[in-house]
Amino acid sequence: MVQWNGFQGEKWKNEIDVRDFIQQNFTAYDGDGSFLCGPTERTSLLMKRLNTLLQMEKEFGGVLDIDTTTVSSLTNYAPGYLDKERELIVGLQTNRPLKRGVNPFGGIRMARQACEAYGYKLSDKIEDEFQYRTTHNDGVFRVYTDDMKKARHAGVITGLPDAYGRGRIIGDYRRVALYGVDRLIEEKKKDKAEIGRGLMDTDTIRQSEELFQQINFLGKLKEMAAMYGYDISAPASNAREAIQWLYFGYLAANKEQNGAAMSLGRTSTFLDIYIQRDLQNGVLTEEEAQELMDDFVMKLRMARHLRTPDYNELFGGDPMWITESVGGVGEDGRPLVTKNSFRVLNTLYNLGPAPEPNLTVLWSEKLPRHFKEFCAKVSIDTDSIQYENDDLMRPSYGDDYGIACCVSAMKIGKQMQFFGARCNLPKLLLLALNGGHDQLSGTDLGPQMPPYEDEYLDYGKVMARFDAYRDWLCNLYVNTMNVIHYMHDKYAYEKIQMALHDTDVHRFMAFGVAGLSVITDSLSAIKYGKVKVVRDKQGYICDFETSGDFPKYGNDDDRADSLAREMLTAVIASLRRTPAYRGAEHTLSVLTITSNVMYGKKTGATPDGRQKGEPFAPGANPMHDRDASGALASLNSVAKMPYDCCRDGISNTFSIIPQALGSSDPERVDNLVTILDGYFSQDAHHVNINVLNREKLIDAYNHPELYPNLTIRVSGYAVNFVKLSRDQQQEVIRRTFHSFQ
Amino acid sequence: MGRVHSIQSLGTVDGPGVRCVVFMQGCPLRCGYCHNPDTWDLAGGEELSVDEVFRRVKRLQPYFKNGGGLTVSGGEPLLQEAFTAELFSRCREAGIHTCLDTSGCIFTKDTEALLAVTDLVLLDIKMTTDEEYREYIGCPMAGPLRFWDELEKRGIPVWVRQVIVPGLNDTAENIARLSALLAGRRNVERVQLLPFKKICAAKYQNLGLPFRFEGYPHCPEETVSRLEAMLEGDRL
Repeated sequence: MVQWNGFQGEKWKNEIDVRDFIQQNFTAYDGDGSFLCGPTERTSLLMKRLNTLLQMEKEFGGVLDIDTTTVSSLTNYAPGYLDKERELIVGLQTNRPLKRGVNPFGGIRMARQACEAYGYKLSDKIEDEFQYRTTHNDGVFRVYTDDMKKARHAGVITGLPDAYGRGRIIGDYRRVALYGVDRLIEEKKKDKAEIGRGLMDTDTIRQSEELFQQINFLGKLKEMAAMYGYDISAPASNAREAIQWLYFGYLAANKEQNGAAMSLGRTSTFLDIYIQRDLQNGVLTEEEAQELMDDFVMKLRMARHLRTPDYNELFGGDPMWITESVGGVGEDGRPLVTKNSFRVLNTLYNLGPAPEPNLTVLWSEKLPRHFKEFCAKVSIDTDSIQYENDDLMRPSYGDDYGIACCVSAMKIGKQMQFFGARCNLPKLLLLALNGGHDQLSGTDLGPQMPPYEDEYLDYGKVMARFDAYRDWLCNLYVNTMNVIHYMHDKYAYEKIQMALHDTDVHRFMAFGVAGLSVITDSLSAIKYGKVKVVRDKQGYICDFETSGDFPKYGNDDDRADSLAREMLTAVIASLRRTPAYRGAEHTLSVLTITSNVMYGKKTGATPDGRQKGEPFAPGANPMHDRDASGALASLNSVAKMPYDCCRDGISNTFSIIPQALGSSDPERVDNLVTILDGYFSQDAHHVNINVLNREKLIDAYNHPELYPNLTIRVSGYAVNFVKLSRDQQQEVIRRTFHSFQ
Repeated sequence: MGRVHSIQSLGTVDGPGVRCVVFMQGCPLRCGYCHNPDTWDLAGGEELSVDEVFRRVKRLQPYFKNGGGLTVSGGEPLLQEAFTAELFSRCREAGIHTCLDTSGCIFTKDTEALLAVTDLVLLDIKMTTDEEYREYIGCPMAGPLRFWDELEKRGIPVWVRQVIVPGLNDTAENIARLSALLAGRRNVERVQLLPFKKICAAKYQNLGLPFRFEGYPHCPEETVSRLEAMLEGDRL
């Protein structure tokens, strides 16, 4: 293949093996960022145009335009451009920038409501068409049991992907560039023929039909590219084509699916191989290489899905989770940092800070010092990146995994997950205390028994109740997920994304918990303090009077932290007792996104002293201002949470004022690197870093027009602060900012 | 046992690198600008054993890799010299850098034992004349100067620090006197001028104590930079 001239290795040529291609060909870089180029005039011009559109989108209430007559798919829109003459990388989701498509496959009602929320009406054409079609949402509600509906309604399990795409599936978009689409089709055809030779049963028939759809959509992918004037049946032959081919793969996925998280994978070091070859052949300059990456990232920043206001309450700020994993270390010990790892981070300077793509640094003790310092500087300057522990994940996921959404690791093209939202642990505690009565919604659900009878809460008695309700919920939770993902596979299968996976794929079912710090401090209050119950007229517990001092999660105090550990260990063990759909492996995350605000709203007062309706802390964060021993003690508490039990990730959001990180810029960089090294050396999994003053956020709250691009990290992703709801903004402002005592 | 006001697990401005800062309870001085009046009362704070404090410091050792370690501040740690010395010697054994943040107003036999296990001293030269010391700080200037001599004798590195209060010591004369005090000292690694801030006013109010420097304004960063440049010029 002439397109592969200059590339080393044979294995990846004989079979689909992108990892082998990377290992055989990447050029490690351990220097600093001084080689980087700023934006070209062309880039600045395009960015100016994009900023104007983004401003208009904001003024239009968050949605610039909706195509209400076309069902989103690969070839249903005419080609769209930001600036046809000047763009280096092309392709938009619809025919115009920032115009949103309608994707009713997850559920027609949600599509309808989303249109109406922004003053549009879903066309009769689509309404008619979907009268005769079963959506994922239809399928789910045909099977949901009463218990499932009640748990969903009361908010014990929430954020269920039962009305839109489940997301969190990362296609190996690099395959499009390395192999070209024809080769991918050929391999899938072989797999399909192979299945036909064995027993045809439920599993193999389903898989065979899926392969038919995958092959069909690979064909559509070629058609889509052809509409933009590209023939992607053969491999990419240079850096620009490699980015373009890869982006077409990603774009096709976004046109087909409106998953909550549409992550990109681990592409920058892969692309560096093409860039490096072009640089060596003298057909590309460093400035042009950066320009290509800038253009690519600009495209990613234009990705949009149409959501309802309810959805935005859960996941604030219009996120896409176009997560790109950068850095990490190979299994042979060579860091996978290349010049393109720097270039992709440099887009935050060239295009300005922004939440997307969700740049995720895979941190290792062995990363080159210069790269660590560059990352720290980017964090301090932009508050736009997150860090995850490569040394912790590599043993399980190897060196070619990527992060989906915020913290979910998967081997690219080899593993996928069934996204499982999360259950509300503090709410479950209240449910257990009231014997299966949800005091807030007035619903009875779960095992029914009399409310807790004594005046004071006894730890042993409370835990006996809680354990019983936890097992009930975990069983219900797995069953609910099984229904959702069976139906998603049946009615909204990810054809292009799964075409970019191995046929024989490993599946995870990723469950989640919310309110870890609230349940931990509540149990600690019961165990070490004195908690008196307050009852309503019907005798249900509606509040608590807590007295006495008790240890709180976030102070590196084992008495509290071990309660959190035990909770997570017990939850995953309980979940595993119910088998998951399609033989999936159960995993667990401690991650809330911005839904910690909504979960709090749906939860009554708790024994830790939290008021009814008050937000939870996000992810695995300690509760606001309860981590009284300073930043490092707080990090140490989170680092104790067991990754073995929480293989879908443990999210921590860390905000510190610049003055508390050091008294000069070089000191701040050095200290941040040291803190990250120290945190991750203790097997911590993830951290979002914000370096900013609370006053700045308060000012942005009061004068949003002055801060159009203020980006901050929240639980597992970054957002434009001004795009959050007022409640979400207040919660972020209230959160602990580590400062001087 | 020692009386400890609080333990701050992350400090980056009291000594090099990433540090744990232990604030000891109790202080014999009454500096007009003091931002921790809640540490004055020797009977306040929490009683903790060396074991307990060391255990907490040790938990933070993974973060001490860029020259960081433990800083004991206050209050005045010299009021609890034996405790501090014991804590420092435990840290030394564990390979943790030890830093003492002090006014240097006390020097006893026990101080010698403490200095034997101290890697760095942050020495507050609070004023530059004896009159000012007596009026605004509450001790004669001879104490801190004697302490400084002892550090010099032992070759212990020193960071000299002074809080700059506009209208009081933000003057060329003060900087000239500070330069004179620094002249000939071989163990001074750094001189840090710190801007006077009034965020502590609420603490005074809560404690029902008068904030003597209420009337002085905040010190702008520019003043500090200007005076630092001046000092730098003098020292070259």
